[in-house]
Amino acid sequence: MSAKHQHAAEQFLYRQADLLDSKRWQDWIDLFSADGVYWMPPEPSYTTWDGTPAIFAEDKNLMTVRMKRVLHPDAWSQRPLWATNHVVSNVVVDKAAKNGDLVVRSRFHMLELRRDDVRHFAGQYTHQLKKTKGGYRIKLQRVDMTNAQAAYDYVLQVWV
Amino acid sequence: MLQERIADLAKFVEPDRVRKEVYTDPQIFELEMARIHEKVWIYCGHESQVPKAGDYYTVQVGRQPMLMVRGKDKLVHVLYNRCPHRGNMMCGDRHGNTGEFFRCSYHAWTFQHDGKLRSIPMMESGYAGTRYGMDNPDCSMKMAARVESYRGFVFASLAADGPTLKEFLGDSRIAFDDMCDRAPAGEVEVVPNCFRVIQHSNWKIFLENQLDALHPSVVHQSTGRAAHEVEKDIAKKTGKAPLSYHMLSAFATVTIDKWDDFQTLNYPHGHCILTGYMGLRPQDPDTLAYEKVMHKAYGKTRTEEILGVNIHHVLIYPGLSVQSPLQQLRAVRPLGVDKTLTEIWHFRLKGAPEPIYRRSLAYYNLVNSPSTLINADDLENFWKCQQGLGSDGGDWVSFGRYHGRDLEKDGVVETGPGMGTSEAPMRNQMKAWAQYMGNAR
Repeated sequence: MSAKHQHAAEQFLYRQADLLDSKRWQDWIDLFSADGVYWMPPEPSYTTWDGTPAIFAEDKNLMTVRMKRVLHPDAWSQRPLWATNHVVSNVVVDKAAKNGDLVVRSRFHMLELRRDDVRHFAGQYTHQLKKTKGGYRIKLQRVDMTNAQAAYDYVLQVWV
Repeated sequence: MLQERIADLAKFVEPDRVRKEVYTDPQIFELEMARIHEKVWIYCGHESQVPKAGDYYTVQVGRQPMLMVRGKDKLVHVLYNRCPHRGNMMCGDRHGNTGEFFRCSYHAWTFQHDGKLRSIPMMESGYAGTRYGMDNPDCSMKMAARVESYRGFVFASLAADGPTLKEFLGDSRIAFDDMCDRAPAGEVEVVPNCFRVIQHSNWKIFLENQLDALHPSVVHQSTGRAAHEVEKDIAKKTGKAPLSYHMLSAFATVTIDKWDDFQTLNYPHGHCILTGYMGLRPQDPDTLAYEKVMHKAYGKTRTEEILGVNIHHVLIYPGLSVQSPLQQLRAVRPLGVDKTLTEIWHFRLKGAPEPIYRRSLAYYNLVNSPSTLINADDLENFWKCQQGLGSDGGDWVSFGRYHGRDLEKDGVVETGPGMGTSEAPMRNQMKAWAQYMGNAR
């Protein structure tokens, strides 16, 4: 894989993480292609989001519901102070197609603050990226979160 | 001081209010576990979770770590997850297959699937002349006092005496009848995934919320509105939004005053039913195709009876909340006075077309998964309840809404017409609580 692909993929992942941490939800959703899906399976053995139990399996319409909910003034669980901080690393470009599409794996670590509590989440992203005139768009983002198989102490509010 | 208070525990409950200590006192919690959860029938799991001999799931009953296991005899047994030798936990994984027998990881004692001692290394020499050996029942894994199942749903009671499972469930059996009858084959099969979510609140707060018809339009307004906006947008573009949006938008489109139109039915032992509100019998092609299959299996009259059952939630006190028309359930495992684990499962209707499963799955993922668009705000309130109840700002929790206007007939308390938001289910649960806590010594 070329250094060009590596650099482009890394920049994309860093920007996506930055949008989450700065709560720019619409800009984050806009990174997905029209048919894009954000998927977090309950455990690594799952091979498809379609018709299976999932922690997240969201197209852009469902992402919009989640965004609008989070922004609603009466979303009670959103009232307390909360913030996240992502670190994305170990970026591996698994495939680079002739048309510029990429498959990229990376590892993430997210720290979340809610009130006085700090939680840690970590795992692997797999991005299927489509090359477009406006830059890459996500066709599928698979999130294999290591925590996913343990009991959840409270729940997840937005995308990881 | 506590001894004195606990002797008078029934006085903590009045018909329309409850002392806050019932939610916050660790000693009351211990008594609840002993007098309620470790006596009554507690849901362990579905038979289809353990299809093969040796398959097991660990499950907490009250404070007791138990194992639900399928034996070579095809029966489902429930055992204490404990080796009788030195007390070692037998199965350290949450679920798996133990093979032909259980084998303790400490000194290799082995046991049959029903817990009976099978072998001890060098037993003849090591235990000759002692009280230990094959004939001593104390050398076998202990079984739950009673195990029964109803339509594939397995319950255990750790007390030898008490009502049978059927007597205990009473009319709340409709939870399982409604779910299984909706399957053309008359039974359901578990989807092998369990979402587990911890709530930082007392177990009763969750149960009281399940049939609280006033809270949805307050607590879930944000998601209801958001889903309704997107639902309208999709409908404009494509003609019709998927039913899953309706499941969410109903929280906003059913306005606060309309919740009084629903009804709760309150049964002995604290069980309750909330009648349905989601209109889960639409006339789309998927539903019609499903109804055709149902007609074939049951005939028209019986199909109408089955699909006419209109319930949203069945609460089986003290540990199970069932949404039969959506084929899912939440089992409640109290971990401490202010910590509760919910285990969330969903099921396939055997013989039903795939789109009917997808409907159940959508609700499971959107409402009941750890990224829930609904329960996030419930859990926030539960936590806040627990915090507030710990304060000295007041001594009581009130359940006074529509008190005195419940209709009682043959031991069943119905909310009056136009009183769906009555706090009758909470009053009913606390009545059962007081009976359990007061009766047992």
